[in-house]
Amino acid sequence: MADLTAVLGPLQLPNPVLVASGTFGYGEEYGTYIDLNRLGGIMVKGTTLHPRRGNRPPRIVETPAGLLNSVGLQNPGVDAVISEELPKLKELKCPVIVNIAGSTVDEYAQVAARLDGHPTVAALEINVSCPNVNEGGMAFGTDPAMVREVVQAVRGSTDLPLICKLSPNVGDIVQVAEAAVEAGAQILSLINTVLGMSIDVGTRRPTLTNVFGGLSGPAIRPIAVRMVWEVYQALRVPIIGMGGIASGRDALEFILAGAGAVAVGSANFTDPGVCLKIIRELEEYIEAQGLDGLSSLVGAAHP
Amino acid sequence: MLTTVRKNTMLTDRIYRLTLSAPQVAADAQPGQFVHVRTVPPTSWDPFLRRPLSIHDCSREEGIIALLYEVVGRGTTLLSRLRPGDEVDLLGPLGRGFTLVPDRRPVLVGGGLGLAPLLFLARRLREARQRPVVLVGCRRGSDVVAIDDFAALDCKVEVATEDGSLGCKGMVTTLAEKHLECEDAVYACGPRPMLAAIAGLCRGAGALLQVSLEEKMGCGIGACLVCACPTPKGYARVCTDGPVFWAEEVDLRG
Ligand SMILES: Cc1cc2nc3c(=O)[nH]c(=O)nc-3n(C[C@H](O)[C@H](O)[C@H](O)COP(=O)(O)OP(=O)(O)OC[C@H]3O[C@@H](n4cnc5c(N)ncnc54)[C@H](O)[C@@H]3O)c2cc1C
Ligand SMILES: Cc1cc2nc3c(=O)[nH]c(=O)nc-3n(C[C@H](O)[C@H](O)[C@H](O)COP(=O)(O)O)c2cc1C
Ligand code: FES
Repeated sequence: MADLTAVLGPLQLPNPVLVASGTFGYGEEYGTYIDLNRLGGIMVKGTTLHPRRGNRPPRIVETPAGLLNSVGLQNPGVDAVISEELPKLKELKCPVIVNIAGSTVDEYAQVAARLDGHPTVAALEINVSCPNVNEGGMAFGTDPAMVREVVQAVRGSTDLPLICKLSPNVGDIVQVAEAAVEAGAQILSLINTVLGMSIDVGTRRPTLTNVFGGLSGPAIRPIAVRMVWEVYQALRVPIIGMGGIASGRDALEFILAGAGAVAVGSANFTDPGVCLKIIRELEEYIEAQGLDGLSSLVGAAHP
Repeated sequence: MLTTVRKNTMLTDRIYRLTLSAPQVAADAQPGQFVHVRTVPPTSWDPFLRRPLSIHDCSREEGIIALLYEVVGRGTTLLSRLRPGDEVDLLGPLGRGFTLVPDRRPVLVGGGLGLAPLLFLARRLREARQRPVVLVGCRRGSDVVAIDDFAALDCKVEVATEDGSLGCKGMVTTLAEKHLECEDAVYACGPRPMLAAIAGLCRGAGALLQVSLEEKMGCGIGACLVCACPTPKGYARVCTDGPVFWAEEVDLRG
């Protein structure tokens, strides 16, 4: 069988197909449908210092080939994640990556410090798409200077491999990517959801109580592929690509654009078996092409 | 899981009953649970999300389940085009169903298509030798479906329509006011305002109440947290903590 091992800087994955944060809980629920040990890795739900209630429903609206969500980072807080959730993931064969979030730089640093050295955690993924309460609610990820500050603070709080998850809601993704790498991120993941909105013409009000939501699913795939391409071209750093992946072909697009691994989010809702299907399709592709592994394909679409 | 369409019967201009060969679902299903239905073949990603539909009826012996649905948008329009022999991909049975309360008179309250899960419930209550009273409320007489199926189970059925074209004129709450007794176990499904009104009546009468709630869903299995329903202890997930809740567990005004 083809060897699908993926090496991203300090992080080694058994195969390049991870599940994206917030779409897969802590894995438990999907464990009924698939063997979680066969995944390339699990990126668990966004974790904050204190518990978060999340936004008022409705939190989801279907859009063409995708959906808008406004969950609002509902989570039990880092202490409960450490005491309740991570122990359940201990026996898992695939790496567990914890996605961390905050409303101040210090909050990110504190969450990272509590997770530092945890034996079940293979890496931290910093979600910079959150509003910075000290900057009038502007998302950290929209400003290279704020991204630098967050990543530096987290870097100072942990020795775990660091992934910075970039927001697509920016003018120049390369600038933000550069800031994250300079501040100590060893891997970049992209993209988070695209800011969007839907209006209910019946009630003449925004469909989501939160007004805006994050767009995900196949609808955003071309945006995500373009951004992976741009970042790889400029920086040649290890990248986890995501945004609308639902098949092996989709995953290959990201890999050819420069991603060493991919993450699958919303497509799990439609098909809980989709990740295993994607892994199988990647294996078939490698065998059909007579390749040893995936590494020669990473970024291969670049001239 | 792939299932096969047996029948897809048009009951009114907008309401259909879809009968599926689904032995595994039929074997495991409890009344009040739902299935998460993909409305397009596995190669298509638009519409993207699955559609949650209550298990309307279920026969373990025959390995079939029935869904009762109203055509309201893209997904249900696609379902209405299914023909016998077509394959339908579904997840389920999902969620927490009704708890059958022994030794209390069961009163089943359905507003509109909230009636859907109550037939399967009535069947299981009959198997437990209880005789349900079924209260049904609809806008017009022409929207009233499945009444004969309840009657065939020897349930006592009362109908209210807003325009008075069938049964008594008014809402299902009008019927509930008339029929509720303090020792009743009430099982209700329908629009949120109706459930809130029924909850008020049950509190007044000292009756036990379970409600089946609707919320828009993503995964349907508890992982994504989009199907939030307010409770005194924070948000619950309608897909896994529900869709059936004891009335005290949830905030029905939210
Ligand atoms: C647990 C549960 C059980 C249900 N059981 C039944 C049933 O037995 N019979 C029936 O006719 N309907 C039932 N519904 C409602 C049914 O899910 C919606 O009518 C259906 O999803 C509409 O899909 P659509 O594509 O036709 O409509 P659209 O409006 O085009 O759908 C757009 C999106 O909104 C979602 N949506 C729209 N209305 C609802 C709603 N009321 N509840 C949840 N999601 C919604 C859809 O799933 C889809 O994601 C149930 C809902 C839930 C949560
Ligand atoms: C319901 C939902 C919740 C999400 N929660 C988070 C989160 O907590 N943290 C985060 O970094 N990204 C979160 N995301 C973004 C996804 O991880 C992913 O970046 C995005 O959805 C694009 O991938 P997809 O199109 O495959 O879903 C969430 C997405 C969805 C749909
Ligand atoms: S629909 Fe995903 S948690 Fe309920």
